[in-house]
Amino acid sequence: MRALHKTAITATGLAAALILAACGSSSGGAGGSGTSGAATPSGAPAPSGSSTGTSPSGGASGTTPGGGGAPVTLTIASNAIVGGKNDQEASWITNWVIPNFEKAEKAKGVDVTVKFQASGVDDEQYKAKLALDLKSGGGPDVFAIDGIWVGEFAQAGYIKPLADVVGDSYQDWDGWAQISKAVQGNASFNGKLYGIPVGTDGRVLFYNKKLFAQAGLGADWQPGSWADIISTAQTLKQKLPDVTPLQINAGTAMGEATTAQGFLPLLAGTGVSLYDNGKWQGNTQQIRDVLTFYNTIYNTDKLGDVNYQLDAKGRDESFADFAAGKIAILAESDYLWRSVIDPKVGIDPIKDKVGTVGYTLIPAEKPGSGIRGQDFVSVSGGSIYTLNPHSKNAKLAFDLMTFTQSPDAIKARLNGTAQITERNDVNAEVLANDPMLTFASQKVLPLTTYRPSLAEYPQVSLALQQASADVVSGTSVADAEANYQAALEKAVGKDKVISN
Amino acid sequence: MPTIATDAAGLGRARAGGFVAPALILIGVFLVFPALWTIYLGMTDYRLTGLAAATPSFVGTDNYTAALSDRHFTSSLWLTLEYVLGSAIIGQSILGFALAWMMRKARAAVRSIVETLVLIAWLMPSSVISFLWLAMLDRSGGTLNTLLHTPGFNWLIQHPMASIIIFNTWRGTAFSMMLFSAALQSVPPSQLESAKMAGANGAQQFRDVVFPHIRGHVLTNTLLISLWTFNDFTPYLLTAGGPNHASEILPVFIYNRALYGGELGYGAAISLIMLVINLIIALVYLSLLRQRGPGRPTRQERRATAAATQVST
Repeated sequence: MRALHKTAITATGLAAALILAACGSSSGGAGGSGTSGAATPSGAPAPSGSSTGTSPSGGASGTTPGGGGAPVTLTIASNAIVGGKNDQEASWITNWVIPNFEKAEKAKGVDVTVKFQASGVDDEQYKAKLALDLKSGGGPDVFAIDGIWVGEFAQAGYIKPLADVVGDSYQDWDGWAQISKAVQGNASFNGKLYGIPVGTDGRVLFYNKKLFAQAGLGADWQPGSWADIISTAQTLKQKLPDVTPLQINAGTAMGEATTAQGFLPLLAGTGVSLYDNGKWQGNTQQIRDVLTFYNTIYNTDKLGDVNYQLDAKGRDESFADFAAGKIAILAESDYLWRSVIDPKVGIDPIKDKVGTVGYTLIPAEKPGSGIRGQDFVSVSGGSIYTLNPHSKNAKLAFDLMTFTQSPDAIKARLNGTAQITERNDVNAEVLANDPMLTFASQKVLPLTTYRPSLAEYPQVSLALQQASADVVSGTSVADAEANYQAALEKAVGKDKVISN
Repeated sequence: MPTIATDAAGLGRARAGGFVAPALILIGVFLVFPALWTIYLGMTDYRLTGLAAATPSFVGTDNYTAALSDRHFTSSLWLTLEYVLGSAIIGQSILGFALAWMMRKARAAVRSIVETLVLIAWLMPSSVISFLWLAMLDRSGGTLNTLLHTPGFNWLIQHPMASIIIFNTWRGTAFSMMLFSAALQSVPPSQLESAKMAGANGAQQFRDVVFPHIRGHVLTNTLLISLWTFNDFTPYLLTAGGPNHASEILPVFIYNRALYGGELGYGAAISLIMLVINLIIALVYLSLLRQRGPGRPTRQERRATAAATQVST
């Protein structure tokens, strides 16, 4: 009895210490993270980070200074993982980039080992992990980030202009001539180049042609206004009660996907730009129009399923359900087409992709009411590869980065599939294979808009996500709008907000 | 001589200091410094990225006044209270005690099966358990919806707080059960027998014989599990604080704001508020412990608690 009692108590004490240590590292880590290792004694990253199975600061630590004969280790990181998120990129880095780069360097007499730091998490979690690594002076040598993070990463000093990291010799890379200035802008901040943009994309409305046929709708759909979208969705709802007619991203759980695929294309359709002449859109008629549209879809007309918007894994579910024919219309980036539902590389493949999935331009609120007086609108973005300013082998890291963007490397990554790449020479070759991406590059890109590459943008984006989350979960448009205005003023300052 | 009374080992001040120094350094580096650093960060506009990451500026108590008017913070505080009350104080304690009470006279085989099952829930890693629960609660094809014939019902969206409360009750009951079954063994059977012979019914036996013996254990258990539950981050793996902040308990709130939203300064301020609440719970406990009486906690328990509060703060 006594022994059991003792064991139980000892176990308790031990468990108490363990559990609290775990809790302590998560909440304490939030406070002092990165700046002092003391705050996270277990060395554990943010709890979600541990699920990726990669060590956070393992980055450049294995690197030996010097070069010239001594073995060198480089680390390359991206939010991609073999068998999971962005499998195509992860497999390509593992099976093509690393062996070929190591071989090419060996031929030059450089003994280099490249490691791939894989992740398969939400973009915001990937960003937090990278930022913490870079803040503490660690992190991978070469890494992928979203183009919209360039401003805030640059201001924080986590990344530096290529001219500073590599020296002016970065201009010698022959690839620059193939990348248009507009696309280079995605990797630039305050007029300086921070990395190499890796392709670009465009947003359209995807729809399931088979479901449209079942509902008696034509396979060639071209809505001319928001009202057209609503009326088509209503027809679908009547004819196919088991199908969710329309998904336009909302909510905070989807992160930037809400802003890029949902809010901003809609806002562009009202005729304004989120940021213009030094001012952000606050409580304006245009923002209210967008929120009212969300309210119509998710509350008044119940055309969309709010579960996708609120669930922690909602975006993945929306992909799977679109592929399974349970969602009829989905606003997404061409990423959906070339990566998610692709029969060869997709995580939710659709066998007869071309026969099943249609795509159409996103209409403005009313014909001609879009930005620059357009009838149709879109939003574009794209990732970039950039360098760690703390890299002990910056020149070699730059070589690795340019190596990944050589025509051969890009074609190896695409492996017969298509994507709007950053290089004009490669585009000419690969886009011809794919009707949708040809459509995206010829019809979408000319009328697209880019997100402001400002450090405040991610905070504004978060406020927009919150406003849409409020509306779809039942808050009135007026209250959501008032909260948005307050959050925006807090983020960018009162004098930089317009409202009417 | 006073020296004999204060320096029984005859080490002298310097040497005694030398013995204590390693412990003090550890406490200083891993406990005091991070706490002070958190206080400092909480008074800045420090961010994960952007200008404020490179050159944070001092904002005084702005973060704290901002917290008071932040609708998400105040709701998070209430949700945390709900979570601690629901899953720890009501859920785990009562279920744990009920199991311990029922298993008291159960056959050894039954008892060890039940104890093993309950312990497994407690011992498995959070990530594994969350995946199991996500699979169970999944709205299309989840086990629960299949059993209840409610296809398409999204438990984590419709009842987020109830889901994480039941989850945490299920997960953490083992601790209460073990502690109470150990405590119940310290109730002298002779006293129970006498009570029975005197005609006391079950409730009376519990109130007058059992409870006085385990009062201290009840206290230990309640306060330990409230502390853990208060700091528990696991619900993040189920709901990530959603839908739209409906299950965003404080640790999740801090994570979402500090790391996801990048507001490290604000996150540090909230962390400090949490730390103060932790300290208050710990102080209440320590003062209750000092009250003498039957069934007061053993020295091991006091040590466990002291260790626990230290680590948690």
